[in-house]
Amino acid sequence: MAAGPMKMRATLGQGFTDVRVLMNHPMETGQRKDADGKLVPMHFIQNLTVKVNGRLVVDAQISQAVSRNPVFSFRLKGGAKGDKIEVAWVDNQGESNSTEIAVA
Amino acid sequence: MRTAVLAATLVAATAYGQDAAKEIQRYREMVAEGSPAELFELEGETLWKKPQGPKNVSLEQCDLGKGPGVLKGAYAGLPRYFKDADRVMDLETRLLYCMTTLQGRTREEATKRVFGNADHPSEMESLSAYIAGQSRGMKMAPGVSHRKEKQSIELGSALYFHRVGAWDFSCATCHGDEGKRIRMQELPVLYKPEAARAVATSWPAYRVSTSSLVTLQWRMNDCFRQMRTPEPNFGSETTVALIHFITATGAGATYAGPGTKR
Amino acid sequence: MNRIRRALVAALAIGLVRPLAALAAWNKEAFGAKTAADALKNLGVPNAAPSGDLHIEAPQIAENGAVVPIEISSNIPGTTALIVVIEKNPFPLTARFDFKEGALPFVKVNVKMGETSDVRVIGEAGGKHFSASKEIKVTIGGCGG
Repeated sequence: MAAGPMKMRATLGQGFTDVRVLMNHPMETGQRKDADGKLVPMHFIQNLTVKVNGRLVVDAQISQAVSRNPVFSFRLKGGAKGDKIEVAWVDNQGESNSTEIAVA
Repeated sequence: MRTAVLAATLVAATAYGQDAAKEIQRYREMVAEGSPAELFELEGETLWKKPQGPKNVSLEQCDLGKGPGVLKGAYAGLPRYFKDADRVMDLETRLLYCMTTLQGRTREEATKRVFGNADHPSEMESLSAYIAGQSRGMKMAPGVSHRKEKQSIELGSALYFHRVGAWDFSCATCHGDEGKRIRMQELPVLYKPEAARAVATSWPAYRVSTSSLVTLQWRMNDCFRQMRTPEPNFGSETTVALIHFITATGAGATYAGPGTKR
Repeated sequence: MNRIRRALVAALAIGLVRPLAALAAWNKEAFGAKTAADALKNLGVPNAAPSGDLHIEAPQIAENGAVVPIEISSNIPGTTALIVVIEKNPFPLTARFDFKEGALPFVKVNVKMGETSDVRVIGEAGGKHFSASKEIKVTIGGCGG
């Protein structure tokens, strides 16, 4: 199954860069039943990273208790127009995705 | 003594009610700040440009009221009368029209799955999100001057108060008086402009409880289901008239893009 | 075997193989703990002192437990991590954010809550741990919306 789309917005604030990233992911807890009554297996993002110009700044471990189609907001120190922000994730089934944006 | 206790309880209940309403409003604002609705807009853009049907063309020449392919402000101008179809149409009805005329698809095929789910949104849902997003920042101004537009709004108004079905319900049964709610959901009185403006600018929306994108055609369908009436046809005169009545009553507010709902 | 192969293929395709080694390993024990106390024990977080400099911005009432927006931040100098624990969830540990040089100790995230519960944030700063807590009520919605 191909990983769903991701969308990121990075804007300069007062002394920090505001990063908002949305990602498509079912974040299945393993407790939901499908239309046939079968349990949908656990399928959720476990690791999420934020990099600025290639350097790791946020390293997150998350659980299935994060909402479906997760949305995160981070704040990076300082920042300048053109800085490259990359957000990547890996899930418990080995799938991954990433997106990159230049600060506006 | 009893009156005093009763009065105290009423005051406490009202105070709690007001605090609850304020906190729920805060919840809605915070959820809206981080809404996945934009992901559906991306998917909708892909579908808008995708050649489909026997004619193998995309929807890019579809006229949503501002001219073929003009998306900016189109959603804010709906529902409206369309000369080529000789009827008033809302967004979804118009999209269906373009699917059948431009792309040569059958109504049956195009409406096979109009309401999707969390795992798989429908075409209509993604397209609605995309097109609605193109009206961000614009004032809602559905068509109100053409003869058929006036008739549509009048029909919607009449239908709003018309009791039907096994329970003898009308829209007004739930949405007719101020201060009513179902559990924690306050029921807006939609024939009042202030409430209608808030509602008209909140659709389509990402619904967090189902992780799906919901549209006005879906809302009409679901309301009728909850009223225990037969299912209305997709894009029927009934559904369009009701949507038209609500959006016309709620005209003038600025649209902020697809909303977020519980 | 299939899963390992798929993971490698995916990792190779996205070029994530090298960075994966440098990332914090997903703490299976902590995330699998069924009580907040066990989760914090597994994370190696001893009793954290309450701090007014740890902030939880969240609505007091969530219309729906599937998406509860919370904004957490720390004014404690040198905060390097924020941990989110939802007391009444079946698996209380929800997330751990490690902030390196360049990131502020701030994150907004949408979480799932099974019922009304305390949401606790643990902040890690200079080897010490601090905590703050906020109760969020979860309602059963009506129809519509």
